[in-house]
Amino acid sequence: MRLNESVVISAPKQAVWDYASNLDNFPHFMSGITRWEVDGERRSGLGARRRMLIRAGSAEVGGLIEIVEWDEPDDLAWSSVTGVDQRGRLRLRDAGAASTRIELRYQYGVAGAGLAGWISEHVAARTISGHLRRSLQQLKRLVEHEKLRVEAELATKSR
Amino acid sequence: MADQGSLAQASVNGGSEHAAANGAEPPITERIRFDHLADRVGQATGQAVRLAQDVAGDVVGRVGRSLQRRLTADLDDRDPDYIRENLSLSWLVASLWYRAEVRNLGNIPERGRVLLVGNHTGGNLSPETIIFTLAFSTYFGVERRYHQLAHNLVLASPLGPFLRRFGTVAASHSNARKALEADAAVLVFPGGDWEVHRPSWQSSRIDFAGRKGFVRLALEEDAPIVPVVTIGGQETALWLDRGAWLASLLRLDKTMRLKVLPILVAPPWGLTIGDFLPRIPLPAKMTTEVLPAIDVRERFGPEPDADVVYEYVTGQMQATLDGLAAERRFPVIG
Repeated sequence: MRLNESVVISAPKQAVWDYASNLDNFPHFMSGITRWEVDGERRSGLGARRRMLIRAGSAEVGGLIEIVEWDEPDDLAWSSVTGVDQRGRLRLRDAGAASTRIELRYQYGVAGAGLAGWISEHVAARTISGHLRRSLQQLKRLVEHEKLRVEAELATKSR
Repeated sequence: MADQGSLAQASVNGGSEHAAANGAEPPITERIRFDHLADRVGQATGQAVRLAQDVAGDVVGRVGRSLQRRLTADLDDRDPDYIRENLSLSWLVASLWYRAEVRNLGNIPERGRVLLVGNHTGGNLSPETIIFTLAFSTYFGVERRYHQLAHNLVLASPLGPFLRRFGTVAASHSNARKALEADAAVLVFPGGDWEVHRPSWQSSRIDFAGRKGFVRLALEEDAPIVPVVTIGGQETALWLDRGAWLASLLRLDKTMRLKVLPILVAPPWGLTIGDFLPRIPLPAKMTTEVLPAIDVRERFGPEPDADVVYEYVTGQMQATLDGLAAERRFPVIG
């Protein structure tokens, strides 16, 4: 199952990237995450691994994920190593003056699960889609708030 | 035994009817013929008996070996790939039918052996086993070894092979030890068939019937105890009575290790004795709560009293179950 949500954030692409690509910030904006732990030496960048779980229905699903694409400031993608098959991508593109369009793509499923797998993917889609939408809204709030805070701080200093 | 030559000779010398009609001693050739026939009949009978014994022995042997295999803990029967592929089905059942909720899985130690002690609910269908297996496998990954113990009859049922691939082994002390020695998380239900068929109005009662084997197991294998408390299973049908008296009357306790023969009302059969027929469980909301791990020696000293540990664990579980019961507003709905 492939899901896709997007939002326009009133901040430059680099500012959005700086916030969203910090993996320690993920629990602050990713909705439904119940577990987000560092696994291994790398905390960030290509090859960083996290144990991630999302509440969906009666279970917390997820597993070990690895950052497989790190193309600053445009694309960040992860893929599952263990657990439910999943692949996610944050795609940042310019959207006019000092605005960024950020897209969150998420693919999930269980290979070999047959009809039950197909049904469960579709049943879970509503919940997962809601998580993605809320995640982007939360990211927008956090980045725009951060931008306002930095601007206010700079204005104070310049006086 | 007469050979072919003497048989031919007896035939040539006349029939037995003649001797019998005269009432006289049959001639020597007649006696040889009788002896020969008797030998042949005896031989054939012997062969038939041996054949029957061989066939019966073979059948009994096969059944015995099959049962033995079903009831012996072969931990390698657990198949992580199979579990992973079937999690979707478990997820659908748990999420849509039982609206299941499993809380505080983080209380389970991250790695190593652990003895999960649960209260048993919901009759032979026991939905919490499906729900907890799903929750454990998605939380820790199917790669972490997890086994649960089940009654012999459950494993001998047509569901047996399916359950074995999910890591279920026959309930016995030795099987549980074997699983813990493999550093698995092992889910046991000390209350067993006694607790799982308790009347529905005793839904919020922990009843291990004084079985303290789990305490001994935890001490022998130096495994922390993690209590797992579930409510809702006893609302998936209406249990009227355990039927312990009926099981005793029919000697099922002696012949099949069945201490109960429950009397329940369940769709589609209505009033049912025993819980052997496939039935449709009511979609009761199931809630499970995992309690903090108990390191028995750390808490009770190097040589703990099993009675004290038993009282502590069941007391903790009862308090949690009381809390879960207080959260429920209506039966089945939750």
